[in-house]
Parts: sequence; C-alpha cells; structure tokens
Amino acid sequence: MSDTLVAFDEVLTRYEPALGLEVHVELNTNTKMFCGCPTAFGAEPNTQVCPTCLGLPGAMPVVNQVGVESAIRIGLALNCSIAEWCRFARKNYFYPDMPKNFQTSQYDEPIAFDGWMDVEITGDDGPETFRVEIERAHMEEDTGKSTHIGSSGRIHGADYSLVDYNRAGIPLIEIVTKPITGAGEKAPLVARAYVQQLRELIVALGVSEARMDQGNLRADVNLSLAASGSGVLGTRTETKNVNSFRSVERAVRFEMQRHAGVLDAGGSILQETRHWHEDTGITTSGREKSDAEDYRYFPEPDLVPVAASREWVEELRGTLPENPTARRARLQADWGFTEPEMRDTVNAGALDLVEQTIGAGVSASAAKKWWLGELARSAKESDVELSDLPVTPALVAEVQGLVDAGTLNDKLARQVFEGLLAGEGTPAEIVEARGLAMVSDDGALSAAVDEAIAANPEVAEKIRDGKVQAAGALIGSVMKAMRGQADAARVRELILEKLT
Amino acid sequence: MPEKSPEITREELAHLATLARIDLTDAELDHLAPQLSVILESVASISGVAGDDVPPTSHPVPLTNVFRDDVVEPGLTAEQALAMAPDAEQQRFAVPRILGDEQ
Repeated sequence: MSDTLVAFDEVLTRYEPALGLEVHVELNTNTKMFCGCPTAFGAEPNTQVCPTCLGLPGAMPVVNQVGVESAIRIGLALNCSIAEWCRFARKNYFYPDMPKNFQTSQYDEPIAFDGWMDVEITGDDGPETFRVEIERAHMEEDTGKSTHIGSSGRIHGADYSLVDYNRAGIPLIEIVTKPITGAGEKAPLVARAYVQQLRELIVALGVSEARMDQGNLRADVNLSLAASGSGVLGTRTETKNVNSFRSVERAVRFEMQRHAGVLDAGGSILQETRHWHEDTGITTSGREKSDAEDYRYFPEPDLVPVAASREWVEELRGTLPENPTARRARLQADWGFTEPEMRDTVNAGALDLVEQTIGAGVSASAAKKWWLGELARSAKESDVELSDLPVTPALVAEVQGLVDAGTLNDKLARQVFEGLLAGEGTPAEIVEARGLAMVSDDGALSAAVDEAIAANPEVAEKIRDGKVQAAGALIGSVMKAMRGQADAARVRELILEKLT
Repeated sequence: MPEKSPEITREELAHLATLARIDLTDAELDHLAPQLSVILESVASISGVAGDDVPPTSHPVPLTNVFRDDVVEPGLTAEQALAMAPDAEQQRFAVPRILGDEQ
C-alpha cells in the first residue's frame, strides 16, 4: 500500500507539527554498565561477555562509576537538574537481544531532568535560535546484536536468528526532549540541528565516540500533527533508528506529509513505530507501540539507588567543556572566517584539526586551505573521517613551514600531502625522495629564463616595449620546463632584470 | 492504601500471554486465570499487615552509590559462553524464529 503524501507547504496551511526526539548515546567507557566486560567495537562474537551480561542465574550487576559520571555530565551540559536520589528499573520484554528478559533502565526516576538546549538554525530569514526543552536523560544498557537467518535476511520470514551479546550491557544514555511545538515549517530543520548540536556537545564532553555510522548515536523521531490553532497534540508515530543528520530532517518531512495525507482523507494515525528506509527516504509500519505498562517496569532490586551528592555534581560541573556553540563563535571571530567558511569547516569535521594546526603556528587561511582542500577530498575518496587520515595538525604545520621557507610552493606541497597519505615517510623524506624541492638557484633559473626568452621572441619583445604583464607567459614556460619546481617570484624578477 | 481486588481477568491473562509470546488455548486461559488470582491474593495479604506508615520498600538495606571502577575484568570465552546454549552457529547463540518486531 503506498502512502498519499501532501505537498510540504500545503501541510503547513492546515496543520501544526509537534516533534519529539529520543537520542541514544553509547558511552565510550572501558567496560559495560553493570559488569567488567570490555566494550571494544568489532570484537569476535561473544568474546566480551560474562555471567552478568549473559543473564546467568545468580550473577549480580554492579554500576560502572564512569557511566554515572558521564550521565551526570551530559545532564549538566543540557542544563538539567540532577536527581538527588534515583533508582534503576527493569524494563521487561521478551526478545532474545537481552538474555535477562529485561533491560536495566530507569523509569520514573531519571538521573537528569528538566533541561534545555538552544539550537541554531538557518532559515529563509537568516540564523535564529530555537529552544528545545529536555524532558530527561536516563541511564540504561545496550542490547545484543541479532542476525536473522533465512531467505529474506529480514526478521519477517527468517527461519531462526543468531545473537552476539558483546554489545549487551554497554552503557547508553537516552536523552528525551519535551514535545517541540511552534517550529512550523522549520520543524525538519530544528530536528536536524538539534541532533547535530547534541552530537557536538557529546563529542566536546568526550563521553562517546558519537559516530552515527557506527551506531554510537541513534535517533528516534516522534512526530504528530494537529489542526492549526487547535492547541492540542495529535497521535504520534515513532520512526526508529534514523542514523544521519540529513535523514533526521528527511524523516520529519516525510512523516509530516504522510500524516497530513491520512488526516486529510478522514483517517486517524495509528500510534506505532515506523522503520526508516535510507535508500527510498520513506517510512514503513513497524509494530504497534506497546504501552509503558506492558513493560511492567519495577525498581531493580539488585542495584542500590544512586544518590548524587551536591558536592559531586558541582565537581562534575567543573569538568564541563566550553559550550560548542560559544566555542564556534569565538573561533570564527579569532580566525576571521566567514559564516559559510565556518560551516564548511564544521561540516567537514575539521574544527579541532584546524584549531590545532593554527596552534602549531600556521595561519588560519593556510590551515583551512589544506584541511578543507586536499585532505578533505582524500578523506571523502577513501570514505573515512578527516581525523582518521594519516596526516596530523603537526604534519600540516611542517609542510606549511616548508612552503613559508620557500622550499615548496603550494603545488609541490600538494604532492607532499599525497606522499604523506600514501605513507611515504616524513615531509622532509618525501621532498627528498620525490625530488620536490623548489629550484631557487639563480644559475639554473637564469639558464631556463634565457631558453624561454629565446623560444618566445615575440613575447620578449612585448616586455621590452614595457608590457610587463606579458611576463606571465614566460614564467609559465619556465615553470613547465622545470616541472613546476621553480620559485615563480624569483623567475619573474630574473625575466624583468633581463628584459627591462 | 485502599484494598484492591487482586483478581486477574481472563483478558489480562491473554494480553500477558501475547506479550510473553506464549500461545494459550481458551481452555488454558480458563484454567490459569483463577489460579493466578489465588497467587495474587496470597501475596496481597501482605498489604494487610503493612500499615499506612510503612512506605513501599524496593531495597531492604539502606545503601546508596555502590560503584565499580571502569576497569576490565576477565569474563568468559566464547566457548564457555556457548557451552550451555541449546544451539549455536557462527559463534553466536542460535534462537528460534523471533515473533513480532524488533525492540
């Protein structure tokens, strides 16, 4: 059955969207939330398990202190209040991704609650700030990973499933917003900007790798529509596992258009979870959402309550990093970047790298040139993060140092970066091995200039007549003859010395 | 606290069975619902003893903040973990077809 979609602009003539975002952040602790098993990504199946995370009889969980500290720091960074006393709860459900038959979570006593985050969006009327209220942030644990075996490869029609429990028990913080209303046509942008800024905050806190492509950060998008001016909330759907910023925006748009189609036809929205399809950009029906009471939450008797003393909370508040939005504004002013330059830098994941490169003595414009040019292109080609390239801010500073010293020009420096990316050694070794150093030896240059003059007599004549701008053609000819390794400024000087 | 009837209805039992992925026949529902009600009734008799001045207790010992350092401790090998599994494949636990949807 295909959905009837209403044009986006038309949706807004009759309906008001309400958004709700649930983001799960997988912490980067050394060990799981309730046992000492390691959390390394990509280990062989079932090699990071113990009686506790396998739910074996008699095994007792113990809370990871760093997990609690990370939860409190996230809460504080989101301007939340921190509970003076709270408990864990068992969320009971029957699904083999948790061998205990329950997930240890928090229910009505989250560790952090009532916060906010100011989200910056760029709409048609320029930049504006939108306040997103945070309902809660609570501690829980990740589930195991199931592989469905059968002809379809999907859960429906699978013959049986295989489960790896390495991920079961890794600490998760679930961050839930209050219903976000009043965003109107900007709802998709607000959703995207919220997840993007939340990720920046998590990265700045250093509590998670926060890689959406590796599932360290997973967003569920709740959306409902209500008739304009009605002041009520409509029935919502929850689109699960929307795993890129762009998809968050697209999923909100799609659900707004789909809901409007259903409501226009006199239908009603079923409260359900929806699956997001990255390839086609649509959602399809998942399961009917269980009521909270179906999970039969109750306080976890095996874990004692967490009572965060105010001294501890203040100590953790002292460890919070500069707010990423404020930091961006500060760096932009320091570096003299334009708004689009700054956005490109952030989007390329180059903010820290550029900052460190400048810290190593490189000018802002040169640091930007290398990270957003040569290096960004290479990262994109090999589909890796900029920070995962074998080029560091220190190496960029070294190469730029060679340019500043007149050993390299930009074109030659590009070849040095090529060598660095190919693992050919240090910049100096690459210059040596590839024979890249610029020729500024007057003897060699002078000979090349003489050849160029002899080969282009009519150009030389023009220069003699005072048309100095014609020198460009001769410089080009010399550069070509010297495979780009001539010092262009010195070549120009020599040409003018000889002809004027 | 007001006395609540601890009875479990046939509908509630059917709903719980669905959540637990247990396929109960009509005869089993008829048979089990009253039995579960008897169990609930027995447990509920405790609230007859506890006065209004006794708060609900989730933890018998008044402890808080029992934490563990974030240090890796040895666990089980995959072989040990899978030794008790009824079935395993590709070093993973093999489980019957999963009914319903993913969590």
